[in-house]
Amino acid sequence: MSDKTPIISIRNVTKRFKGAPSAAVDDVSLDIMPGEFFVLLGPSGCGKTTLLRMIAGFEIPTSGQILIDGQDMADVPPNKRPVNMVFQSYAVFPHMTVAQNVGYGLKIAGIGADEIRSRVAEALELVKLDGLDARMPDQLSGGQRQRVALARSLVMRPKVLLLDEPLSALDAKLRAQMQFELADLQDKVGITFITVTHDQDEALSMAGRIAVMNKGDVAQLAAPADLYEYPANRFVADFVGSVNIFEGKLTLDEPDKAAVDCPGLGKVWLNHGVTGAHGSNVWVALRPEKIYLHVPGEGKAVRAAAEDAPEGHNFARGQIKGMSYLGDITLYEIQLDCGAMIRVSRPNLSRHDQEDFTWDDRVSMHWRADSPVVLLS
Amino acid sequence: MEDWKRSRALFAAVATAPLTWLTLFFIIPMGVIWLYSFGTNAGLTEIEISGTLANYKKALEPLYLGIFAKSLVVAGITTAICLVVGFPVALAIVFASDKWKPWLLLGIMLPFWTNLLIRTYALMAVLRTEGYANQAIGWLHDRFGGLLTLVGLPAPGAYEPLHLLYNNFAVVLGLVYVHLPFMVLPLYAALDRLDRSLIEASLDLGAGHLRTLLLIVAPLAAPGIISGIIITFVPALGAYLTPDLLGGTDSQMIANVIERQFKRANNWPFGAALSFLLMYATFIAIAIQALKAKQAEKRR
Repeated sequence: MSDKTPIISIRNVTKRFKGAPSAAVDDVSLDIMPGEFFVLLGPSGCGKTTLLRMIAGFEIPTSGQILIDGQDMADVPPNKRPVNMVFQSYAVFPHMTVAQNVGYGLKIAGIGADEIRSRVAEALELVKLDGLDARMPDQLSGGQRQRVALARSLVMRPKVLLLDEPLSALDAKLRAQMQFELADLQDKVGITFITVTHDQDEALSMAGRIAVMNKGDVAQLAAPADLYEYPANRFVADFVGSVNIFEGKLTLDEPDKAAVDCPGLGKVWLNHGVTGAHGSNVWVALRPEKIYLHVPGEGKAVRAAAEDAPEGHNFARGQIKGMSYLGDITLYEIQLDCGAMIRVSRPNLSRHDQEDFTWDDRVSMHWRADSPVVLLS
Repeated sequence: MEDWKRSRALFAAVATAPLTWLTLFFIIPMGVIWLYSFGTNAGLTEIEISGTLANYKKALEPLYLGIFAKSLVVAGITTAICLVVGFPVALAIVFASDKWKPWLLLGIMLPFWTNLLIRTYALMAVLRTEGYANQAIGWLHDRFGGLLTLVGLPAPGAYEPLHLLYNNFAVVLGLVYVHLPFMVLPLYAALDRLDRSLIEASLDLGAGHLRTLLLIVAPLAAPGIISGIIITFVPALGAYLTPDLLGGTDSQMIANVIERQFKRANNWPFGAALSFLLMYATFIAIAIQALKAKQAEKRR
């Protein structure tokens, strides 16, 4: 990103709907850079769609400012904004052919018929719909209709393309394929994409940066891997991916090590410091795939793997209460000896790995000192 | 569950009563009138079905064709005004908040629950020379005259009441008043089904509200617009009470002529011929529309 001025600047934007008890979007500030693939991620009702619609101009902020390419959009209606939107329902005009749909915006802009024809053909090729110009929307599949909606927006060469839950109506296989295609397409056209989604897999796979939203607030703004590995709070840790969270007290905090005493889990050792007050209440987040599972008594393996933590730390015992075999991994629900439940996932590296453990087996667990994340809120 | 169509006895039992009713009180009387249209008056109350086409020949004379044409024009103007007035009304109800919607719809429906005669007389009270419309305009006229004298200009003359009643204007006004709900309801039904995101998509692609209305909303609401036009035009064409009460000597419509044949003129065969001519015209118009709709369906 050589250009340092944001293409979209959201400044202290608040949106309050009439009669709603709380703000849909509450004092949000975000800068989105040109050429970014930006994702607004959050559960339904978190305000992500409202924020997107405010950028498009379909909702007016109660307070705050939205700048597109440095220009204040306060008095600019949707039809005059240099952004285009792909709607969740695709909103393909049912009474127009594919070519008429894609050429609609150009025709409105008063562009000549020849140029419209060539730009429509170009856009249809871009979304791999060439040859379907004359089809009516009701002769297209859901995936094809979405491509029409995409082409219809891209043909306008907007500064920013807004996508509202673009993949939610597609089946799983097609969705996975479209995730790659969208990222690819964005790379090719170089337009800034802003996508709204509630699907964390979608967000992680496509985004350059993700803003996780919760109750109208941005809970964390980070790149996908940072979001997953270094969640800022319990909401993000829990919403993005699967996680075990235990409450505990910070007993040791030095620059290169820290320890948390969790009544539910035991003593947790970290190989880095945390910025919390000594003795304060914190939460430890531990992803299921970062926990090693083994048969109790296999002491050698335990010691070898857990040698980065002092004796008695990062170790727990329990009994398998539930398991679900998902093919690539097996998920275990384990009741720890102190009574708390923990989820552990284990990759099936060989064909028979899932046979190693079964219901009611006694197991022991350990994890590396760089695996847990300490959360202050 | 058993297919109800296969259970013939049950089907017959359910269908018999309405079919008998329709046959006895609709098809047979209509058939009788249809036969009358080929007959001649044989006495004061007797009609001889002679198979003559004289009644139809008379009905196609310029005098009656003129009244037919006039009825078509009046019904056409009425329908056009209803469409122009009704479309924004329907659109406004569609976009009204959920709290207001039922009340606005009730406002549209309310005239249906009031007798046509009462509504027509109420309109007469508004439109007559000493009516509320003239009173209001006269009041404004006097105030305006007072203003003019205040600034030193000569006052306009005394107010001459407008002739609002007993003319074609009153007939069209009355017909629009009566038929507006027939236009608004199908339009509302069509517009309410419209996906809002289509309108937003059009705006998003750079179209203003007017172009969105013309290029997206109107074409998608076309079925509602067409049924609104038919459902307004057909009864307006056969309107009887409104032109009878609100019209002048030159504003009679075809239904008034038909009524006169059956009553004062006591020429049932001719009245029957006029009636059926009106019906043929209506049927042909609807058939053409249905045919066109089918063709449009095929082209897609």
